Amino acid sequence: MKIVALVKHVPDAAADRTFNEADHTTDRTNVDGILSELDEYAVEAALKIAESGDAEVVALTMGPDAALDAVKRALQMGADSGAHVADDALHGSDAVATSAVLAAAIQKIGDVDLILTGMASTDGGMSVVPAMLAERLGLAHVGFVGELNVEAGSVRARRDADVTETVEAALPAIVSVTDQINEPRYPSFKGIMAAKKKPVETWSLADLGVDAGTVGLAAAWTTVETVTKRPERTQGEIVTDEGDGGAKLVEFLAGQKFV
Amino acid sequence: MPFELSAEHETFRKVVREFARAEIAPHAAQWDLDHHFPVGVVRAMGELGLFGLTAPEEYGGSGGDLTSLCVAIEEIGRVDQSLGITLEAAVGLGINPILNYGTDEQKQRWLPDLTAGRALAGFGLTEPGSGSDAGATSTRAVLDGDEWAIDGAKQFITNSGSDLTSCVTITARTGTTDAGEPEISAIIVPAGTPGFTVEPAYHKLGWHASDTHPLTFTGARVPADHLLGARGKGFAQFLATLDDGRIAIAALAVGCIQAMLEASVAYANERTAFGVPIGRKQGVAFQIADLHVMAESARLLTYRAASLRDAGAASAAVKQAASVAKLQATEFAVTSTRIATQVHGGYGFMEEYPVARFYRDAKILEIGEGTSEVQRLLIARGLGLPVE
Repeated sequence: MKIVALVKHVPDAAADRTFNEADHTTDRTNVDGILSELDEYAVEAALKIAESGDAEVVALTMGPDAALDAVKRALQMGADSGAHVADDALHGSDAVATSAVLAAAIQKIGDVDLILTGMASTDGGMSVVPAMLAERLGLAHVGFVGELNVEAGSVRARRDADVTETVEAALPAIVSVTDQINEPRYPSFKGIMAAKKKPVETWSLADLGVDAGTVGLAAAWTTVETVTKRPERTQGEIVTDEGDGGAKLVEFLAGQKFV
Repeated sequence: MPFELSAEHETFRKVVREFARAEIAPHAAQWDLDHHFPVGVVRAMGELGLFGLTAPEEYGGSGGDLTSLCVAIEEIGRVDQSLGITLEAAVGLGINPILNYGTDEQKQRWLPDLTAGRALAGFGLTEPGSGSDAGATSTRAVLDGDEWAIDGAKQFITNSGSDLTSCVTITARTGTTDAGEPEISAIIVPAGTPGFTVEPAYHKLGWHASDTHPLTFTGARVPADHLLGARGKGFAQFLATLDDGRIAIAALAVGCIQAMLEASVAYANERTAFGVPIGRKQGVAFQIADLHVMAESARLLTYRAASLRDAGAASAAVKQAASVAKLQATEFAVTSTRIATQVHGGYGFMEEYPVARFYRDAKILEIGEGTSEVQRLLIARGLGLPVE
């Protein structure tokens, strides 16, 4: 069985995240990048399946040179190999283009039985790439999965969306997992040393046969017009209860249009 | 001479830092207050592979070097000195003697659980009447048939009475040498052996979340094959394991200094007095600059000693470098807590700020695994001085 875990390299949410001034794309160079925390759950889910049976785990990312770190982290956690799609023309790609590139990469990896992703990226946070990928690859898609079991030729998944439901899908399939599915492991020292020797493929758009004109900022369906810095946090308002605390709270909430 | 850690060591440092920030830092103050040994997080450290870092893979270890262990101890110690010493002692005093001197059977029996952090082992050398003076050991073990019968007492024994403790290696007099000197041997005593009593934990100045007990042995009997290493070599074996331990303690001290530096920089930028951050005052800023110098120099000495050890340098060179690192790093650590507390003013005396905890934790660094005085003695001897 071959599992592809999608791993996105994102700016560390703990740091001060910014946008590039020139084109309002996410600044990926001046901020420390990490493997998106939500994708760690996908890697862990893949490793758990691999450990309980016979499966190979490939970590796949798309992004600038530094995005390789997301693949490395997955390899340190225990993935077997990695693939990195890097091409200057990808700068500013939207979700539609991203799904096209990742679909091409998954086809190039070949014979993939299961694709696991996080429920969203921690930077863009759109949660649409898994469904788009499924559409492009003609696969079943199960999103927001909190429990996952692989059986012969199929997956059984507990989907935690508006309602909780258990669904089955025939393999190959694409499954996005929530932060409820497991507790991702930290890479061990042994894992870090072992990762040095694991193979990583680097592919350009040409390698994947994707037309550079269909991706990148110019081809994006949406553009960010302006960026405004979040206002500094202001001191909270303290309501002292002099018998009318409830009324004052309602007054405050109504004033802020919360009620 | 370029001197820096490898990319893998730096990656490992980031992972341990992440772990320490998420799993330890939020609870360190409470564990300290409650004198609570956090078994769950110790096991999690085991799953991360910290206890088995330097052990060979055949015993469940990672086959890593001393440098990697120092990185782990520094980063854990940066948020919690109690867990830093728990790791240091578990490897240096728990695992290493069995690894270095154990028979295949002893290694197979004890090491897999110890390297995985599922179990901890202690080392009982110090007694009420003997510390650095190990020749004064009064605990006795008598071979009676095919069993050792052990009587005596040990004190200040780390990791000796936790829920995870599987055994304690002790030194005991097993006879008298031809020269009339006490014959000291090491014996592994499994936890739960009748006659082996773990006394209630100490009330310590610091390291509140670490597990330290006095132990008493009253006719405790263990099989003859629990002798660790050669009979009569117990003390020599122990001394040989101390060099690595000194470098590891130095790494724990580096973590302490780094924590004091970071806490002081943050506080001096945030706390205002007379309308400006106190970091604008030279009296404060210069002290913090000194903390940085201490962190850098202690770190360099520590990792240089570790790299000499890892590169297989001559024993005398490693010993000297280990003593120099241990002495300087631990004395800087104590000084750094004093400075950081001063920078924090009255708040530094309050347990709400971590500097107060580090202030209490630091002092023992100058004492454990060879006092500063012992280090100076060793360094002076290394220089060829006829010091007694």
